[in-house]
Amino acid sequence: MDLVTFLIQILNALQYGLLLFLVASGLTLVFGIMGIINLAHGSFYMVGAYMAFVLTGMTGNLMLTIALGIPLAFAFGALLEWLLFAHLYKRDHLEQVLLTYGLILIFEELRSLAVGDDVHGVAVPALFSASIPLSDTLSYPVYRIVISVVCLLLAGGLWWLMKRTRLGMMIRAGSHDRDMVQSLGIDINLLYRTVFALGVALAALAGMLAAPISSVYPGMGGSVLIISFVIVVIGGIGSVWGALVAALLIGFADTFGKVLLPEFAGLAVYLVMAAVLLWRPEGIFKKG
Amino acid sequence: MDSRIALVLKLVALAGLLAFPVFGSPFYVEMLAKILVLAIFAMSLDLLVGFTGLVSLGHAAFFGVAAYAVALLTPKYDPASLWLALPLSVLGAAAAAFVIGLFVLRSKGIYFIMVTLAFAQMAYYVFHDTALGGGSDGIYLNFKPDASIAGWAPFSLDEPMHLYYFIVFAMVAVFVFLTLVLRSPFGKVLVGIRSNEHRMQSLGYATFRYKLAAFTLSGALAGVAGFLYAVLFGFVTPEYLSWHQSGNVLMMVILGGMGNLAGAVIGAFAFVGLQEFFAGMTKHWQLLMGGVIVLAVLFLPGGLAALPRRIAAAREARRAALPPDAPPPAARKAAAPATPPAPPMIGKMKQGVNHV
Repeated sequence: MDLVTFLIQILNALQYGLLLFLVASGLTLVFGIMGIINLAHGSFYMVGAYMAFVLTGMTGNLMLTIALGIPLAFAFGALLEWLLFAHLYKRDHLEQVLLTYGLILIFEELRSLAVGDDVHGVAVPALFSASIPLSDTLSYPVYRIVISVVCLLLAGGLWWLMKRTRLGMMIRAGSHDRDMVQSLGIDINLLYRTVFALGVALAALAGMLAAPISSVYPGMGGSVLIISFVIVVIGGIGSVWGALVAALLIGFADTFGKVLLPEFAGLAVYLVMAAVLLWRPEGIFKKG
Repeated sequence: MDSRIALVLKLVALAGLLAFPVFGSPFYVEMLAKILVLAIFAMSLDLLVGFTGLVSLGHAAFFGVAAYAVALLTPKYDPASLWLALPLSVLGAAAAAFVIGLFVLRSKGIYFIMVTLAFAQMAYYVFHDTALGGGSDGIYLNFKPDASIAGWAPFSLDEPMHLYYFIVFAMVAVFVFLTLVLRSPFGKVLVGIRSNEHRMQSLGYATFRYKLAAFTLSGALAGVAGFLYAVLFGFVTPEYLSWHQSGNVLMMVILGGMGNLAGAVIGAFAFVGLQEFFAGMTKHWQLLMGGVIVLAVLFLPGGLAALPRRIAAAREARRAALPPDAPPPAARKAAAPATPPAPPMIGKMKQGVNHV
């Protein structure tokens, strides 16, 4: 592998890992703060990608789509929390698994009814459609770099939100002791609804960003869900920082696994997980 | 008294299964065979979920490993020997469960659910990505295993009827075997772990070893189901190991009521029945299936099995809501002594403990 190819693979690994972080961060927050196992989280990624396909078809511009899509996804998340997830906080994990598994079936069929089962492409926004030449034959698309930058900014924003704002303080407190936070006069239900909707919006945003490079296809939520589970397990439940480190680890393991051992590409990620679990059964950054 | 009724019901059900091919068409005989194989699968998972308190979302891995084992053990132009292929497939599933169990049993709760799912997905990719079992296309089982012993053939799995009765026998054998396991001291320890693992540890039980044994045994029995499924349908695909398969079998266990072997069998019937019913109505049957699942969780906590108990509890609550010192109407006064409030409370508490 020459230097330029190596550089390209590193950029790919970063971009893939950072995109996974967007999905996994919402998942880990919902796990860590609300104690909910949400199998339907991958469906939000799928919904985002299909939203990109449908809305871009109407507006003709992916950036406008994203601007519209984020509030839509946030509202969708808040609605779902109010309708369904709010009833799950006091149930055991098994019932959470069941309900969210049922939701996956519903989302997939609704998608099939609304858009059909074909694979679709979404155009890269014209502004970022250029490529940066790296050598005579190889170049790197600007759009992938834009994705990485956007994800990094969001990761920073999430860190700032959690550590430096009043809302973040309440969220962290709520993850420790729900009843205590409530008795201090904070509306814990509203807090949970906000966190859940934020997670949905992040996953949908990841889907919208990924739509031009990965295309839009049925079942795309399932694979992302399981990879996100692996990330949450490696990073430690509830740790946003852990999710970032784990997502990058998985991004590199997957990208270089495909290059170095194409025969066992799908396995690389899980081997990394097994190794981490042997070392730390509760993830690298286990909370408290 | 109750257990005698249950035994009679089980024997009646068994008689029904044995008599079914006499008047059922071959199509329904095959569907029933499929349900019975899935019932074995569901019972094996119930040992973990219902009795040991380990919610595994990766149980399809062991089902699939055994299915692939029989396909790979069968030579290209000859059948494999049943007496070799069955134990080896089950052993393969047990070995996979033992190794995966060493990893996953270090974690608990939500972690356990996610890690079992992830390891099952790893097994899925072993068969999906490598040429070992025909990749994503899967592999055909050209010959069903041969049941002959030294030239003498007691039965032939190529005969649909023989295969059906072989599956009925396997289902009953697994049922009886698990019943005995659960009655043994080993089974009591597993139920103890479900109720309170720390207490079992402080009583001196090495709970990790018990959990690993249960996980391995459960994987082996899932392997029995995987073996029979492959033999019944004659092909194996990576989808046998997919997490949808794990989700479906978990659904069967819960539909029928966890921690109840007969419930797991009923769950398999209910699940396939619902599936066939909805699939007959629309192409988008999963929408209805998903809807039923979501509504069931929201409005029927504890599943169908908890329904009678919930109705009884609601009745109890209505009775308790009457003001204690207000003179009750004559009719209620007459009814009250027939059901003293104390014993039902004890019953409820016991069930509460069982459910943890």
